[in-house]
Amino acid sequence: MYDHDVLVIGAGLAGMRAALTARENGVDVAVVTKVHPVRSHSNAAQGGINAALTDRGDAWEDHAFDTIKGSDYLADQDAVEVMCREAGNEVIAMEHMGVIFNRDEDGRLGTRAFGGQRQARTFFVADFTGQALLHVLYEQVMKAGVRVYEEWFVLSLIVRDGECGGAVLMDIRTGGIHVVRAKAVIVATGGLGRVFEPSTNALICTGDGMALTYRAGAPLMDMEMVQYHPTTLAGSGVLITEGARGEGAHLLNAEGERFMERYAPNMMELASRDVVSRSEQTEIDEGRGVNGGVLLDCRHLGEKTIRERLSQILEIARDFAGVDIFTQPIPIRPGMHYQMGGVKTDVDGLTPLAGLYAAGEAACVSVHGGNRLGANSLLDTLVFGRRSGQHASDRAKSTAYLDVDDSAAGSDRQQVRDMLEHDDGGDTFASIRRDLGEAMNRHLAVFRSQAGMEEALAILGELKERYSRVRVADKGKTFNTNLIFTLELGFMLDCAETIIMGALERRESRGAHTRTDMPERDDETWLKHIVIAKGPEAPSVEYQPITITQWEPQARSY
Amino acid sequence: MDVSLSVRRFNPDASRPEPYFQEYGIQVEKSATVLDALIKIREEVDGTLTLRCSCRSAICGSCAMRVNGQAALACNTKVVDAVEQAGGSVVVEPAGNLEVIKDLVVDFQPFWGKVRDVEPWLQTAGPEPEQEYIAPNEDMLHLAGVMSCIMCGACVSDCTVLEVDPNFLGPAALAKAYRFVGDPRDDANAGRLSNLNEYGGVWDCTRCMQCVEACPKGVDPMGRIMALRDRAMEAGFTNSHGARHAEAFTESVEHSGRVDELRLPIKSKGGIFNVPEMLKLVPVGLRAQMKGKRPPIIHRKNPGQHNVRRIFEKVEDKR
Repeated sequence: MYDHDVLVIGAGLAGMRAALTARENGVDVAVVTKVHPVRSHSNAAQGGINAALTDRGDAWEDHAFDTIKGSDYLADQDAVEVMCREAGNEVIAMEHMGVIFNRDEDGRLGTRAFGGQRQARTFFVADFTGQALLHVLYEQVMKAGVRVYEEWFVLSLIVRDGECGGAVLMDIRTGGIHVVRAKAVIVATGGLGRVFEPSTNALICTGDGMALTYRAGAPLMDMEMVQYHPTTLAGSGVLITEGARGEGAHLLNAEGERFMERYAPNMMELASRDVVSRSEQTEIDEGRGVNGGVLLDCRHLGEKTIRERLSQILEIARDFAGVDIFTQPIPIRPGMHYQMGGVKTDVDGLTPLAGLYAAGEAACVSVHGGNRLGANSLLDTLVFGRRSGQHASDRAKSTAYLDVDDSAAGSDRQQVRDMLEHDDGGDTFASIRRDLGEAMNRHLAVFRSQAGMEEALAILGELKERYSRVRVADKGKTFNTNLIFTLELGFMLDCAETIIMGALERRESRGAHTRTDMPERDDETWLKHIVIAKGPEAPSVEYQPITITQWEPQARSY
Repeated sequence: MDVSLSVRRFNPDASRPEPYFQEYGIQVEKSATVLDALIKIREEVDGTLTLRCSCRSAICGSCAMRVNGQAALACNTKVVDAVEQAGGSVVVEPAGNLEVIKDLVVDFQPFWGKVRDVEPWLQTAGPEPEQEYIAPNEDMLHLAGVMSCIMCGACVSDCTVLEVDPNFLGPAALAKAYRFVGDPRDDANAGRLSNLNEYGGVWDCTRCMQCVEACPKGVDPMGRIMALRDRAMEAGFTNSHGARHAEAFTESVEHSGRVDELRLPIKSKGGIFNVPEMLKLVPVGLRAQMKGKRPPIIHRKNPGQHNVRRIFEKVEDKR
């Protein structure tokens, strides 16, 4: 058994930002991550991070409005205000820590344009901004000497009388299961992309933290809001940054037409993501697609821009699609990318359970509402990572450990033992996961319908039944990834259930949730969050009003 | 298409753990990567096959391993190419120079230990500016080439120095060190270069180019190590074996048009009066004498020496 004042689960941007802040605040902090910190999926964020800097003639209020409009008015405006006000400080803090950032002619931080925003306020490091931020935060974690439980997997959170007091962890390398007590726990495990197949997300994005929190009794919010990114490679589903359109790339249909003229005449390719993805899908569905996708054309951008600002896209298109972007357009299609919903928190990352916090994609504060703007996710991770680290460490200073001992790991040890010993010919994780991913991508994608979502729910029921008899192929103790994948699948099934339930509940179209049978936004009934909690029998659904500070909902056009 | 992969496996939980090769035949799409093939094996053929992988797009650095004997990311290596190169079964092995934990999973602790040894965090003197540091974009773009390192360990896997000298910091840690030495905001260069000048540092690279070949992100670790050598010498760190060797080598070629092989080791070791080091050279000298490989006592100039001299002058002009 181990004790730490604050335990952070996940070592992406949100987790490491939280850990560093807690450490600075003078408490003992540890991070647990199922992969090495620099393998985290924050790496994959390419385009940049938004901040309205007043000395560039920008205003946080403008950033906030763009964010709220982008969210289709489902975001909580107090939370958005916090994020946009603190954005500038976060970007500068990261620069001071060592992030190199592309510069302008005066040697100051440069910006690029991004979707859904009227100002170029996206700060960037070529097209690997996430990687640049992630590696610098890991440098700081090394410098601070923060304890990292590297390649450890979280099996459950420890909750007693409505208070979270630690977690049960498995050391992947040895298979040993241990209890870690903590006065505060921060869930920063990122997204759940693999619930969908295909997805731009890394294979590790399996919704662990959302499911762990849900099982521990804290609710999930806005889970129906799943973002499909407009530009993913038509074949492998690998992400092509919005930065490409920010730098001026065009979207073309089979007839060579810039079809966004018909959907978003002002913002064109830089309308918000839900709008662009719907437009693309409409083109494809109406027969103007190219092999089930459309085309992203970078040819006119010129060699210098591509090499200096889109170098990774040059490589990705070449390596994963066999396309030379200097001379050929890239075949792309909308692909599952981001979960706007997540663990319901306040602006300090606190969940309804005392001692339990969440930040980053795992959390829903909510700043993204029905649709996240590009380059707001990195900002979200840093601002709310820091705030939850601050709040959690403050709590740790005035709280005692819960009375928990090694026996808290008893049921997890039993579950793992049962899983390994069970051997009467059930399916493996892989076939169940594939069926889950395909069902979700068929019925909960860009366009949704009542019948489709009901079918997805029925399929989910069958998958849960198959999972109860799942067979683990590897019976070893050391580095048993087969066991880990099987445990992750359990988390994914829980996440999928909340997504489908939330989507069936929301009887309107808003943001990324577009129903062919109910195409209109209905502010009168549905300008509210859908909150789903685990019940003893079935999940329970509640509503939560949204917070409006100064921006009344309007019709949304780009 | 049908492909076969020969995967080096190791199960530490076996009663007598021994590495062995296992052959897998599977069907994959023409566009599949080696990683796609391994995942297919792991999910459909043999659930015990163990490897690290995550992003599938060459950014997380998890899946460095040896494909047909050379380090690569499995996720950006096409099966078609690997099959063609192998002329049959694609040979997949764990990354080299790091201990195998299980199958294709190796222990990265020593790797990260060395990265930590170069103190890879920005160290600035004086108070931070209120806004960002002002820095030329060209310097930042130059550093972006190093920052794009994803710490996959491919360079370390194939480093020929690490094979014989585990004390060497290695290409990944040294490239990381360069990222700070080259950063106009960093103020700790003197200390950094002094440390990098020690045993195990920049002078231990043999310039074999393996790391440059292996790097999937074009980081050019060896080029960064050479740049660190230049920086160290410019900063006056000339009192090391490597620096003296470089100086003596240059001086000899400049003045005589060829290397003076007799005096080079003497000068590198700090001169004739460094008695303990000179005594260490005696057995080497005797062995060379016995094999007929002793360099001539009288060093003769290369007849084309003046041409060599002109090259030196041209280079000096360009600086």
